[in-house]
Amino acid sequence: MKLAWHEWRAGFRPGDALVVAGGLLVCVVSALSLWQGGVARWAEVRAGGKVVARLSLNQPADIAVDGPLGPTRVQVEPGRARVFSDPGPRQYCVLQGWLTRAGAVAICAPNEVSLRLLGDSPAYDTLNY
Amino acid sequence: MTRSTIELPVTAADVRIARYAAAAIALSVAEAAIPLPLPGVKPGLGNIITLMVLARWGWREAAWVALLRVFAASLVLGQFLAPGFFLSLSGALISLAVLALAQHLPARWFGPVSHSVLAAFGHFAGQLLVARLWLVPHDGIFYLLPVFAFAAVLFGTVNGLVAAYLVRHAPSRPV
Repeated sequence: MKLAWHEWRAGFRPGDALVVAGGLLVCVVSALSLWQGGVARWAEVRAGGKVVARLSLNQPADIAVDGPLGPTRVQVEPGRARVFSDPGPRQYCVLQGWLTRAGAVAICAPNEVSLRLLGDSPAYDTLNY
Repeated sequence: MTRSTIELPVTAADVRIARYAAAAIALSVAEAAIPLPLPGVKPGLGNIITLMVLARWGWREAAWVALLRVFAASLVLGQFLAPGFFLSLSGALISLAVLALAQHLPARWFGPVSHSVLAAFGHFAGQLLVARLWLVPHDGIFYLLPVFAFAAVLFGTVNGLVAAYLVRHAPSRPV
């Protein structure tokens, strides 16, 4: 049995192209609508459990939040945010660097300050059942 | 030895269905040996036979072949009544329902490739539905929807082309 390209092409009818194109369209549309949730749009800064600032990731910003140990500086750039400096002893939240995905969190526990990125739809941070 | 009083006449259609189903089961079992990146995403080579039977002998026999394949292949692979079996079964049922409608598309424009892609979408919709309702009780599974949809288009097209080729070239009696 010889396999020739035109033999395979013959099995492909005009409407088939339409169906395949429609299927690809479903892929693209579903990917765009479902995978947008991961894009961060807002940075939420909390101190002592209360939201003290909600910054859009569309424009740069630089704010200082006061905690029990002193000021924590949060820096925002288009599409990302980070804890720039913190008076805590171990600096974990600073070392995390830039956060880019929705749901990402940097917590400066000693100073009771946290930075969290939010998308358009609420993301899960834990799941159990 | 007394002669059995039960007569089971075997029709030509029965023999045909058994032969096609055997071919489909062999393909399903062979496919199980292929390593796959994501559970649920597989080529579904057994469906080539379903499409071929649909094109040659109609929906009723295609349904027989598809369902026999689901049951027998799961028995052979030790998956019978395991979650994978129910995913296969729900996928097969939905895709047969889709094929029942798709076979009425004008044959001049829509061939086995259309049937295959549409059935592949039905298959993954059925699987996703059962998986969502039963196995993964939260909406996280829909995150994978674009991946499944792309697999449906890709494997649906390939299987459809193979089925179209076989419909035109294979002998009408499966060997």
